[in-house]
Amino acid sequence: MKRFAVVLMLALSTVLSGCGYNSMQGLDEEVKASWSEVVNQYQRRADLVPNLVNTVKGFAEQEKSILLGVTEARSKVGSIQATPELVNDPAALDRFMKAQGAMTSALSRLLVVTENYPQLKSDQNFRDLQAQLEGTENRITVARNRYIKSVQEYNTTIRQFPANLTAMVMGYQPKANFTVENEAAIAKPPTVDFGTAKPAQPAPAK
Amino acid sequence: MRQLFRSVALGLLLLAAAAAGAGVAIPPVGRVTDLTGTLSPAEQQALRDQLDAFEKRKGSQIAVLLVPTTQPEVIEQYALRVAEQWKIGRKGIDDGALFVVAKDDRALRIEVGYGIEGALNDATAKRIIDEIVVPKFKAGDFAGGVEAGVDRMLAVIDGEPLPAPVQKRAVGNLGGNLESLFIVGFILVVVVGGVLRQMIGKVPAAILVGGAVGVIGWLIVGALFAGLAVAVIAFVFTLVSGSMPMGGMRRGGFPGGGWGGGGGGGGGGGGSWGGGGGGFGGGGASGRW
Repeated sequence: MKRFAVVLMLALSTVLSGCGYNSMQGLDEEVKASWSEVVNQYQRRADLVPNLVNTVKGFAEQEKSILLGVTEARSKVGSIQATPELVNDPAALDRFMKAQGAMTSALSRLLVVTENYPQLKSDQNFRDLQAQLEGTENRITVARNRYIKSVQEYNTTIRQFPANLTAMVMGYQPKANFTVENEAAIAKPPTVDFGTAKPAQPAPAK
Repeated sequence: MRQLFRSVALGLLLLAAAAAGAGVAIPPVGRVTDLTGTLSPAEQQALRDQLDAFEKRKGSQIAVLLVPTTQPEVIEQYALRVAEQWKIGRKGIDDGALFVVAKDDRALRIEVGYGIEGALNDATAKRIIDEIVVPKFKAGDFAGGVEAGVDRMLAVIDGEPLPAPVQKRAVGNLGGNLESLFIVGFILVVVVGGVLRQMIGKVPAAILVGGAVGVIGWLIVGALFAGLAVAVIAFVFTLVSGSMPMGGMRRGGFPGGGWGGGGGGGGGGGGSWGGGGGGFGGGGASGRW
């Protein structure tokens, strides 16, 4: 009887580890952790914004609309709760990414404008803030890449046999991954226009 | 001979990278690596000694890498790939930093590990690049620029309170302890337990072995709770092990093999220097000249 129990336990643990349940749990945690890092870095960027806006305001008061755009983008970003559950909801993730994307373009517009203010550019405080912003953008890129990789690993696992059976039984869905925010814009060839004042410049200061 | 090995390894690496189609190959880990022939051997050695002394004193691992180009990647991507592969900095403390120069791209980057992002933050790294290194690079003084930049980096990192370096890495961390505990426990349960069971019966043997393993575990790990836990495990194991064929024991798979991955840091002064397992998250700053 005891022998039977032991054999049963062994068999059960073999089956459990063989069906991918455990590795799914591990990968799921990894996705969550890498997602937290993404949110963390986005938050860090949002925290830099008020300081940046104030500094720029001191030198370039007349760029009201652009400064306002940055502030608005920040408040929109702040209004979206970036919970870990976001990962399992493609629509919510999409909203989050749209808001962050708007923030990215508002910030890059701001940085383009600052090129016109030599005094601002030589201000040490502004330079430090700009360095922090650049560093944070880079961290965001890194965090996003790691998130993409972890989601890829998770999704691959739950779609492969025999783990897909377990995933089906447990109701695990593939997780949403990042897409390029402006897929359509990239697919379009760039328009060169010498007439108007400001060309749309993607991500300066790199 | 070593030179030959190195060049063969480098060639293989290049080949692998070409096959994978992934950017510039990452050279083998080293404190100072100059693939551009910019620094003289004496200058390289001086830098190496300086970084070596710093690691001995402070524990933090710094590496310098000069490559001709990082194309098609930008220097940020390349520097992070190098940092991720080299894993400089101590594991868990993440106090590594990497100084990368892409000479023909006229770009450089200071990549900073998680643990020293506080002292060597982005703004500070940017200032080091803009105010100390770039002016020298602009004037064509590459050795001076690298030296001055590294000097400043070390001074800044010195300001960050970090755990003192461990001399020669005493096998005193918990991981190593747990491993030896497993081995000791395994031997006791299987060998001694088996013999005792034959001699004095199942239950007394289990109590004896469980007690012995518990005391040893307590001594090795230094926590009473851990000792008690392994005692119970050993007790149950000895009790049960008779009721299943010995072949069943073999599939236990004790986690012995997997060690020694990230922890090989601090190898002697010679050629065998390696990263200690530090983590990077894209912190730091880049600049151009």
